[in-house]
Amino acid sequence: MHPQRKQRLIIVLFLVVGSSVAIGLLLYAARESINLFYPPSKIVAGEAPIGRNIKAGGCVVPGSVQRSNTSLKIEFEITDGMASIPVRYEGILPDLFSEGEAAVVDGQLDEYGWLLATRVLAKHDENYTPTEVSDNLQTQTEDGVQHQKTCEALSYDS
Amino acid sequence: MNWQWFHRLGSPKWFYEKTTPWLPWLGFSALILLTVGAVWGLGFAPADAKQGNSYRIIFIHVPASFIALAGYYIMAISGAIGLIWRMKLAYMTMKAAAPIGAVFTFVSLVTGAIWGKPTWGTWWEWDARITSMLVLFFLYLGVIALQQSFSSRDAADKTGAVLSLVGTVNIPIIYKSVDWWYSLHQPATLKIVGKSSIDASMAYPLLTMILAFYLFYAWLLLTQTRVEILDRERRSQWVKAILLKPKLQEAA
Repeated sequence: MHPQRKQRLIIVLFLVVGSSVAIGLLLYAARESINLFYPPSKIVAGEAPIGRNIKAGGCVVPGSVQRSNTSLKIEFEITDGMASIPVRYEGILPDLFSEGEAAVVDGQLDEYGWLLATRVLAKHDENYTPTEVSDNLQTQTEDGVQHQKTCEALSYDS
Repeated sequence: MNWQWFHRLGSPKWFYEKTTPWLPWLGFSALILLTVGAVWGLGFAPADAKQGNSYRIIFIHVPASFIALAGYYIMAISGAIGLIWRMKLAYMTMKAAAPIGAVFTFVSLVTGAIWGKPTWGTWWEWDARITSMLVLFFLYLGVIALQQSFSSRDAADKTGAVLSLVGTVNIPIIYKSVDWWYSLHQPATLKIVGKSSIDASMAYPLLTMILAFYLFYAWLLLTQTRVEILDRERRSQWVKAILLKPKLQEAA
């Protein structure tokens, strides 16, 4: 390669590597703020502030959903498999909200550990299956993925 | 190794004449595959067990997102070739790739919002995937703006290439954002390694659409690059000859 071109190639590589390292360090420093929500185990461990707007995300514990007969009030628990927190909400839920599915909840923690929600979002998993296939699908478990556990792989016994 | 083809690329004229017969082939195969994929995906693929029919936006959203990311690399690599080899054609490809990539990124953002409302319950959420995709859109807009903001062609090309190259860091961030952080957006459904978590009856029309989008993108990029070639070389003899030929035939 022509020495002048080689020099320009080195400059280009330096540009790409340098900017990647800079932005990589920036993201590493801000990694906690980039997370959209706290998993329940971190809230139970006291890492989330009380009385300030936060988001919590996890799987809706099957059997925990209790609806009011006279209003839109609802209570349920969300879990990440290690810990769970109770949520209280009044309002309209997204269609995909259901037990055993993931949800992201906006709200404030009170001093008793309840999350008083102002908004509930459903979080879809990456699985796409037609109805007839999903009816006789074997639940598959997969370990090692920390950030995006699919709710089907969780055990709710604890 | 034979580098003759690479040095030939230095000649916009050679490239223009070489690609003329490719255009109808690319255009028609893209059109056919787009039709087949759209009819298959929207009309015949089964509905999703949880989302019902709203999942069908995947047939536009996922291919558009693929192109938005791949198109950025094409723009950045063209910029790098332009910087290193001072190749005029590379800068023309870079300039042509920017608006096309911006449109595909915009389509990806809009279809994602339309899908997000019935699925998540919100049009927009500042999670890592959606925000980094918005940054990609602004990077494309930045490259387009830089092309317009210099009176010197050379300065516009070089600064555009530098911005493209710096922005490449965003592409792996977008791709891995759903694995690195807690986000509302779900992780990848189509996996390069391992089993994809989509049923075959939905995956085949999706793969057809992805292939169709790539062909469509190639056709768009070629067409736009050729326009750019004609614009920048408009004072050269061969462009004048091409553009005047129909007029001469009319006169005769």
